[in-house]
Amino acid sequence: MSDTVTTPKSFQEIILRLQNYWAEKGCAVLQPYDMEVGAGTFHPATTLRSLGTQPWAAAYVQPSRRPTDGRYGENPNRLQHYYQYQVLIKPSPPDLQDLYLGSLRAIGIDMDLHDIRFVEDDWESPTLGAWGLGWEVWCDGMEVSQFTYFQQVGGHDCHPVSGELTYGLERLAMYILGVDHVMDMPFNDPQTPIALTYGDIFKQTEEEYARWNFDTANTEVLLDHFVEAENECKAILAAEHDDPKTGKRIIMAHPAYDQCIKASHIFNLLDARGVISVTERQAYIGRVRALAKQCADAFVQTRAGGWQPEDAA
Amino acid sequence: MPDLLIELFSEEIPARMQTRAGEDLKKLVTNGLVEAGLTYASAAAFTTPRRLTLTVEGLLDKSPTTREERKGPKADAPEKAIEGFLRGAGLTRDQVEERETPKGNVLFAVIERPGRPAADIIAEVLAQTVRTFPWPKSMRWGSGALKWVRPLHSILCILTDEAGTEVVPGEVDGIAFTDTTEGHRFMAPGRFSVNSFEDYEKKLKHAHVVLNAEDRAETIWHDATNAAFASGLEVVEDKGLLAEVAGLVEWPVVLMGKIGDDFLDLPPEVLQTSMKEHQKFFSVKNPKTGRIERFITVANRETADNGATILAGNEKVLIARLADAKFFWENDLRTVRYVGLEGMAKPLADVTFHNKLGSQAERVARIEALARELAPVVGAKPDLAAEAARIVKADLASEMVFEFPELQGIMGKYYAEAAGHDDGVPEACEDHYSPLGPSDDVPTAPVSVAVALADKLDTLTGFWYAGEKPTGSKDPYALRRAALGVIRTTLKNGFSFSLLSLSGRSKLLHIADTIRVFDESASKNVEGFANQENLDLDLLKSALDEVKTKSIGKNAQKQAFENISAYIDNLGKGEGSELLLDLLSFFHDRLKVYLRDQGIRHDIIDACIAMPQNDDLTLLVKRARALSETLATDDGENLIQGFKRANNILTQAEEADGVEYSYGADIKFAEDAEEKALFEALDTAEAKIAPAMHAQDFTTAMQAMAALRGPIDAFFEAVQINADNQTVRRNRLNLLSRIRTLCLSVADLTKIEG
Repeated sequence: MSDTVTTPKSFQEIILRLQNYWAEKGCAVLQPYDMEVGAGTFHPATTLRSLGTQPWAAAYVQPSRRPTDGRYGENPNRLQHYYQYQVLIKPSPPDLQDLYLGSLRAIGIDMDLHDIRFVEDDWESPTLGAWGLGWEVWCDGMEVSQFTYFQQVGGHDCHPVSGELTYGLERLAMYILGVDHVMDMPFNDPQTPIALTYGDIFKQTEEEYARWNFDTANTEVLLDHFVEAENECKAILAAEHDDPKTGKRIIMAHPAYDQCIKASHIFNLLDARGVISVTERQAYIGRVRALAKQCADAFVQTRAGGWQPEDAA
Repeated sequence: MPDLLIELFSEEIPARMQTRAGEDLKKLVTNGLVEAGLTYASAAAFTTPRRLTLTVEGLLDKSPTTREERKGPKADAPEKAIEGFLRGAGLTRDQVEERETPKGNVLFAVIERPGRPAADIIAEVLAQTVRTFPWPKSMRWGSGALKWVRPLHSILCILTDEAGTEVVPGEVDGIAFTDTTEGHRFMAPGRFSVNSFEDYEKKLKHAHVVLNAEDRAETIWHDATNAAFASGLEVVEDKGLLAEVAGLVEWPVVLMGKIGDDFLDLPPEVLQTSMKEHQKFFSVKNPKTGRIERFITVANRETADNGATILAGNEKVLIARLADAKFFWENDLRTVRYVGLEGMAKPLADVTFHNKLGSQAERVARIEALARELAPVVGAKPDLAAEAARIVKADLASEMVFEFPELQGIMGKYYAEAAGHDDGVPEACEDHYSPLGPSDDVPTAPVSVAVALADKLDTLTGFWYAGEKPTGSKDPYALRRAALGVIRTTLKNGFSFSLLSLSGRSKLLHIADTIRVFDESASKNVEGFANQENLDLDLLKSALDEVKTKSIGKNAQKQAFENISAYIDNLGKGEGSELLLDLLSFFHDRLKVYLRDQGIRHDIIDACIAMPQNDDLTLLVKRARALSETLATDDGENLIQGFKRANNILTQAEEADGVEYSYGADIKFAEDAEEKALFEALDTAEAKIAPAMHAQDFTTAMQAMAALRGPIDAFFEAVQINADNQTVRRNRLNLLSRIRTLCLSVADLTKIEG
């Protein structure tokens, strides 16, 4: 087993190996979602596709934003913008743990030298109305992934159950590459003529966003945006299922869900600006959750969500 | 006599659930077997992160045949009745007997249940056990409907006897029973078959799995202490952590690692908590200095490099963790040096304590006022108690406690020392949370006690005020624990104070905070009143009215004003507030539970609660103890009978005559020697009891009361109360009344049972 393991040279090589591995295992390798999200789970390929009865297998990198975690690029481990690698397979295959361990081998972790552990960690997303059971996976005491069997999403019980894997790419890569500060990590091959580190690419943006997130984002505008996104989401979902122009049944679950994602991210920004009190916080989370639930309700009435034309009869 | 072996093999079971799951498996399966008639000699359960195992030895190979006889309706009963009987018995008409009885011919069914093979019963019981297993949290996976703690992969179920081993035929949701299992995930992948428990345990060991969690824990502890000892160090004992770690590994390998020099000066509690919570590491300390210098981690495997890679990885993770902890520690120290703990506590103004009870800062201000009030009672300087109260919650705003909530109080102590507080103030930061558990030590240092009591009373009164008292099994704010804490702290230190007046003061502070939301000046008035001996109700009312006019139409405010007005009305009438009396009775209930555990009967406590000053817990308990001791004596026990007899006769006479006999017993109308003796005995007792009660010397008072037993018994023996002479009768009834009055002045003996 260990004979073929080679250590990757760069951050991107780890990503490429994961892409190849999961492609080989039959996942559709998707591209990141083109909106600001707090975690890979928010990608509709996970949130919506984990609902309903249709089989699904997808893997993708998702840039994720957590405004409150910004440290101006100075903290060795904390970033307001980072990458998650996300795998979602429905129904969860019986050998998902082995598939996962295979992916660790693929990115250069020698199972014969390391101590891999599955440590209880139940997952819950109050904003998505979702929960699941699983583990955080430890490699020599470090958390390298989250492993979750979804039980409920958007208030709907998951039938069948999806298995979700989330890798925190920077942390995992730093460990494999033996780097102590994220900004020192080679992004491409360090032997290449134009070698770039993670810091070459992201140090400046971390500073810029940290300043904007913490101090200059216009909170009044953001508060308005939140309400607009909320209203638009509800309005989209309130539309007739039958499109008067084409005469087709078109439920706009995805456009509505985009607005839910938007509201969620705006809430995160407001939180980072410190304008949301403890009690208001719960109320905001509840408002986003209400949107997520309505989007889930809509999605399960679409074909991708398992709806069949004969259901209408 | 076959032996049964069951193994439920799954993905990793949370460590905290394993022990209980093993017990549940044993209970459910063996109960099921016994119910079906399969008795056994012995059973034992084992758990690892991936399996629950049960071995049952000396099982019957089949259940015994049973015969049951059922009596049915008469042979000539209506068709329907007979049909019903036959259906219930599962027999046809020609299979039941007719028997002659005195009531005529009656149908009898003899239901014979032949014994069933053990395998059939086991298959049913195991399937039922798996389907209904009481996991604290369970889940579905894939497309299945079965629930288990994590996906269940295989079920081993074999019966072994002299003739050999058979797989019990059965399945649960498509998982067929087998005789195979797996060893260590990494060190021995692949399935193998087993033919008995001994074989199973041996092959597992060979496949790098130690089946018994206690063996794993023992190995870990043994290897850890040895490793530490070899370096002249010792492992800090932590039984909970040991059990948890034993549930995280199948093949424990102990590794001892270094803590970077940069971190050795962190408080030991910080090192220990950070290492335990995040990494499940044991702390290793230098016995000479008490400093924590190393850590023990437990890996789940052996490696070719003897764990070097694993240890290096763990050390690196620890550096990142401790760098965080050190960063928090240094930031917090900088904060307290610049702005002190009161400065550190500033952000608490924006932290909600409870949505009906304001912010943490408001809470702290209330605790300060109460602590000042309590200080003289507990022997603390009021200024010191107030100083402590202002800072005891400050560490809630520290970065360290934000990260490790379990370090609250402990960090407060360190930071208070760093900020230059002394005279018991730093200790109060840590000790004011005590006692947490029913067997925890209670605080005894005066400053700590003042703040501990103030904190708990503020919480209790506050949640009563907010209408959030515990109901049934629901006690989300741990108010029962807080009340028990007040009780134990008060009794242990022997403090005497009025709970009612203190909680009344506390309630006013809460009211002031409610008003502050609406109007600052009115709030100041109420606070002023709260600090005065005599409340000026008119002033308070007018202050309220002023605020009221400014905030008409808001429902929440209206409700608050109604509460406040009702409270003021109660005060005006000179009555205790209902709310406070309800809180007091909550204290009394907790006290009863507490004293019952110490052997004092609830009726004795009731008899004392019925007396004045029942809101002084120390006094109340002193009275209850004295009464309990008195009742334990022969005199005491019999006195109660005498008292009850006197009381019953008197009550009946009073009801019949429509008058109260309460005055005027005169020795000159006494006819019998026993009657005269009772007069004298009562004179003697009264002379002793009154001053003793005044001095709260209940033991003396009750001994004096118990001494009446002889004269009272002799009196009832010799004297007829209902004498023909009405003057004599009245005089005797009035004499009984003296007994009643005297006894009731000590405790409400009518409450005593038996």
